[in-house]
Amino acid sequence: MSLVDIKGLDVGYLRHRTITPAVIGLDLTVGASEVVAIVGESGSGKTTTANAIIGLLPANGRITAGSAIVDGIETAGARERTLRRLRGSVVGLIPQDPMVGLNPTKRIGAQVAEAIKLRGGTDDALDFLSEAGVPDPQLRARQYPHELSGGLRQRALIAIALAGKPKLLIADEPTSALDVTVQKRILDHLSGLVREQGISLLIITHDLAVAADRADRVVVMQGGRKVEEGDPATILSSPRDQYTRKLIAAAPRLAHSGRVVPRFDVRGEDVPDAVLTLTDVSKTFSVSDTRRGRRGFNALDKVSVQVPRGRTHALVGESGCGKTTTLRIALGLESATSGSVVLDGTEISGLSWNQVRPLRRKAQLVHQDPFATLDPRFTIEQSIVEPLVSFRIGDRRSRKARARELLDQVALPASYLDRLPRELSGGQRQRVAIARALALEPDLLMLDEPVSALDVLVQEQILQLLADLQKNLGLSYLFVSHDLSVVAEISHTVSVMSEGRVVEEGPVAEVFTNPRSEYTRELIDAIPGRRADAA
Amino acid sequence: MTRYVVGRVLQAVVVLWAAYTLTFAILYLLPSDPMELQLAAAGLQLDSLTPEQLAAGKAQFGLDQSIAAQYWHHLWAALHGDFGISLTQQTPVTDLIGQRIGKTLLLSVSAATVALLAGSALAYLATFARWNPLRTFLTRLPALGASFPQFFIALFLIQFFSFQLGWLPATGSEGPSSLVMPVLTISVLNSSILAQVLIKSFDETLSQPYITTARAKGLSRSAVHLRHAFRNAVLPAMTILGVIVGLTVTSSIVVETVFTREGVGKLAQEAVLSQDVPVVLAVVTIAAALFVTVNLIVDLLYPLLDPRISHTRTRIDPEVVTAV
Repeated sequence: MSLVDIKGLDVGYLRHRTITPAVIGLDLTVGASEVVAIVGESGSGKTTTANAIIGLLPANGRITAGSAIVDGIETAGARERTLRRLRGSVVGLIPQDPMVGLNPTKRIGAQVAEAIKLRGGTDDALDFLSEAGVPDPQLRARQYPHELSGGLRQRALIAIALAGKPKLLIADEPTSALDVTVQKRILDHLSGLVREQGISLLIITHDLAVAADRADRVVVMQGGRKVEEGDPATILSSPRDQYTRKLIAAAPRLAHSGRVVPRFDVRGEDVPDAVLTLTDVSKTFSVSDTRRGRRGFNALDKVSVQVPRGRTHALVGESGCGKTTTLRIALGLESATSGSVVLDGTEISGLSWNQVRPLRRKAQLVHQDPFATLDPRFTIEQSIVEPLVSFRIGDRRSRKARARELLDQVALPASYLDRLPRELSGGQRQRVAIARALALEPDLLMLDEPVSALDVLVQEQILQLLADLQKNLGLSYLFVSHDLSVVAEISHTVSVMSEGRVVEEGPVAEVFTNPRSEYTRELIDAIPGRRADAA
Repeated sequence: MTRYVVGRVLQAVVVLWAAYTLTFAILYLLPSDPMELQLAAAGLQLDSLTPEQLAAGKAQFGLDQSIAAQYWHHLWAALHGDFGISLTQQTPVTDLIGQRIGKTLLLSVSAATVALLAGSALAYLATFARWNPLRTFLTRLPALGASFPQFFIALFLIQFFSFQLGWLPATGSEGPSSLVMPVLTISVLNSSILAQVLIKSFDETLSQPYITTARAKGLSRSAVHLRHAFRNAVLPAMTILGVIVGLTVTSSIVVETVFTREGVGKLAQEAVLSQDVPVVLAVVTIAAALFVTVNLIVDLLYPLLDPRISHTRTRIDPEVVTAV
């Protein structure tokens, strides 16, 4: 018998005395030492399924039909006491976001030890930390979560999950919160561990490419139902469902059988004049250190970047590489320690806030998190016209007309003008954020990880929208991302950054086919979908 | 760390000085003549004195000097624990307060302790309860407690426990039984405020992903609540501790008046009525000192309870910390 045996499972959420279904008639099995991936977008029911397996449905979650047997125990309708015996010791959970997954006021070692003690074990917490790939476990065990990087926190969470000696591990969106190369190393390590120890692994992800790379069997879910199931090779080569086909088309590597083919090839073309030029920009932050006094930290070291008019230039690199600092300096939000920033022919470094302000109309920012970037109390119209109000452009009527026009440009109906952000999905919010950025008719949009918080299919739609806008309005983009697969879909040229320096630059088509630096090669290698060439 | 503590203590001293100065300015710039007040207390009219007598009196109390000189004189004296002489009772203010402060401190400390325990317990139960009606009831209880005026609660308690049941003395400050109703009166409001803040903080904490991590380990609900939620939920609520202690002092004015307890609160109430400026100034200064001290203690406790707040370690740009 399988470790997890789900038959005809219906799960719903109780809201205002009615049950909204989240999972409908699901059949799913996970065998011993099997790696299964559930793929689907937000609202597909994949996370609800995982929660049902570990008995962690929210208080208003109800299993309304079917059965979910985990390690011989029926969880549908089970009491808290029964479910508690499953958690930790039968099913371990590796939560989605390692930055917030650990208790901030408890030491790492104590958090691991708690899991050991619960199953009555006497093992050393340090063993699990080193097993999870935490270097120097003695030191790390004494530290608090905020003293660890995201990657180390993820490993600490894996150690906690392993400490319960579970038969099944659930990894919830293991690729969404961390840098691609870090996440790849961690997933490689995790895959190795489960294979060695014969633990089953259930991966929950929105990215079919990740699922195909890691799993023995892939289950595709949409709207609470299972739409396709099979081994990755079969699914990739002959998908039966329309939705699966869309998912394959949205993953750059899967679409071209394992190769990453950039959308634009500008090799050999004339380079248009630059709308934004950064020359030898350096930035030193002063860091206070009680032992050594104040010292300088070089966030940027002689960075030169050019954004050609009407094109997209990407800044790629991992957290801390300086790409966000570069963006902030280009926007005039931060001043460079040395070097020059020329925006549309005007040198902006050294200018005061008031002097930079008129230039803000030429360059606008689109933020990473569409959920945090819109004021929750503003209607969509208020958000979009705010830049116009701020620069005193037009009157009430002309602003409203402009808001309509902008919504039309980002392919949202005019009826959305009166809505509030919470009524919109992530993709729709990002469209609103783009509309707001376009309100002042800028020449240049600075896009800070604009799709990293979105599902793969929504990512593709937003990237398409950006490409269309560029063509129609002649916009230039400075596109910041940690994800090379997204860069391949949107950019003409790219600068790869590492530790405050540009390590490689050139047309995307050139950099992807002939990466010169080891670091670029590692980034390209981290794009999921390698298994597609086997298919 | 030492640098932080010293800085924080200096800050507290400045706040205290500002409170003293502001109160001094308000009280001494009031359009009333301190001489007249004193004479009125002695049953005399200002007109009955000869100009020479008046000048002598003013000189005795330093009232013939400039405001600035008076201010420095009083500030210097206050630093040495001398708040002058009460205008109405002709005794040193320090003695007046000294006789009463013990009773008020006892009341304040007991009330703050009860408020702390009751408020935390209520918040803990309200967020732990699983039966929905009970949960709703406990969650709404603080709003009720915070909406009754204190004099009303005091009168209700007196009516019930003293007049109907005869269990407790209605007035006076002798023995522990006289303390029960005043403490209850003050702590109803304070525990309600604390519980409201704590319940919100608990709800926020319980929705954090690390709580899911703790539950996924297989911990029981009570273990998650006590070991993972409690400490994190208490942190944001700590800031209002200072406010609560401050409130017990303000409350003592009402409560000591209603229960006729001979404490600093009642003294303050009488002093305000009779415009006894030195007494009012002294009481306000002492209350401010208490308030500043509690806030200082809370600030110094924070790093011990929250490892993320540290005044010794390196502070680095957040972007850099996330790098592996």
